[in-house]
Amino acid sequence: MTEPAIEDLLREFAPQVLGALVRRHGRFEDCEDAVQEAVLAATVQWPAEGVPASPRAWLTTVASRRLVDQVRSEQARRVREVAVSAETPPEVPDTDDTLLLLFLCCHPALTPASQTALTLRAVGGLTTAEIARAFLVPEVTMAARISRAKQRIRQAGSSFPPPDGPDRLGVVLHVLYLIFNEGYTASSGDRLHRADLAREAIRLTRLVHARLPDDSEVTGLLALMLLTDARRDTRTTSSGDLVPLDEQDRTCWHRPQIGEGMTLAKASLAGPALGPYQLQAAIAATHADAPTAAETDWRQIHALYLILERIAPNPMVTLNRAIALAEIDGPAAGLTLLATLDADDRMAGHHRLLSVRAHLLERSGDRTAAHDCYRRAAKATASLAEQRHLESRARRLRQAGPA
Amino acid sequence: MRFLISLHINPAVLDALTDEEKAAIGDGHGKFIEEIKASGELITTLALADPSRSAVVSVRGEAPVVTDGPYVEAKEFLGGFYLVDCEDRERALALAAKIPDAAIEGLGVEVRQVMFADGNLDA
Repeated sequence: MTEPAIEDLLREFAPQVLGALVRRHGRFEDCEDAVQEAVLAATVQWPAEGVPASPRAWLTTVASRRLVDQVRSEQARRVREVAVSAETPPEVPDTDDTLLLLFLCCHPALTPASQTALTLRAVGGLTTAEIARAFLVPEVTMAARISRAKQRIRQAGSSFPPPDGPDRLGVVLHVLYLIFNEGYTASSGDRLHRADLAREAIRLTRLVHARLPDDSEVTGLLALMLLTDARRDTRTTSSGDLVPLDEQDRTCWHRPQIGEGMTLAKASLAGPALGPYQLQAAIAATHADAPTAAETDWRQIHALYLILERIAPNPMVTLNRAIALAEIDGPAAGLTLLATLDADDRMAGHHRLLSVRAHLLERSGDRTAAHDCYRRAAKATASLAEQRHLESRARRLRQAGPA
Repeated sequence: MRFLISLHINPAVLDALTDEEKAAIGDGHGKFIEEIKASGELITTLALADPSRSAVVSVRGEAPVVTDGPYVEAKEFLGGFYLVDCEDRERALALAAKIPDAAIEGLGVEVRQVMFADGNLDA
């Protein structure tokens, strides 16, 4: 077996083994160390001696031994040794504990930043250095964050919280969504697309989907990610400038990925419940379905945003609905809806509100006000790519002269 | 989200503090650094030498001109900063409030979001 194949195998099995160990022993930190050592041993032994018949059993056995060794060498030697040796080493688990591990990493006692870091580390199998690079922080900063997260889990009662409960799954999906977004649009800085994180989020969501194929929100989230990520190559120019959806070269959208996303989006909508990820996937599917921007079914998109606004009220949803409404009833209708957001503290001075207003003002022919709004939006964003885009829109209006 | 928390110091205000007060500021910064190191929020921090030791460099034509002293003659000068990576703006403001300078009249603690960064962060 080639080394990349072994690496894939290890990334698949490591979280399962870790989940099994933690379920058995609690002690998340110790178990993680033990699994890391087992993985390290495998990367040395397997290429030389061949992959064992049951890689998972092999990893579980080695990790369990390491765990016992670790506990033995701890200070409170005797007490703990008795405790662990009384627990027989776990049998190769029949159940897959990857989900349990995800629930643990997305423990509600942790901040979202810690949840994402721990998930990428323990379930994604990324190294601390890789995670640090992806989030543009020094490795020591990320290491401290991860170790703090483990401490908090221990304080919050170490072993698994009740994993079933829709809200726990909701937290997991939110964390996966955050990881994807972090990869797709960096919240700050010059790197608009950190593809590795988006790819990792898709991989992890696939993993959840494989275990919960009937959960419509899981399916919806996977569809949403695939449909969004399919546009990645057309989102920026080679020089890193943003390209808005209506100007993207649709022939360069990743068609097989759109096909898969569409199928999943349809499947998710067939279920009895309707959740925010399914609706967002349906919206992304509607965009993907239009051969040209002009052929976009804005009525359907508006209807979907209207439902989304009802089940998950959020000013960003209203903002997006205003864009759709403007496409159907004209910019004035969109601007009227935008005006309802001015009173919302979360949106006042937000660059998205300013940029959408600028765009609608431009379409309605009020170039002076549009120019002013683009400039204010450019000042309000913390993304360099977005700032350049908004400044260029403003410049274009000024160069064309007043209407 | 990354934020630069900059510390605007006023040498006159610092000079007027008692030794105990000065020591308390030092201890406060030490404690703050330990805390945000442990939480994984500190990226880097540094303190700058006295503004009287600054020099302003300008190039006119081919020749660089070096003028001793700070660029802006003011009461307050940039004394140092913390570069942090934290959950959101609220958290950055809460962190800034823990810095001892924030409790002293005449010193300023300013929070600004970082837009772009490059370089070897571990250096």
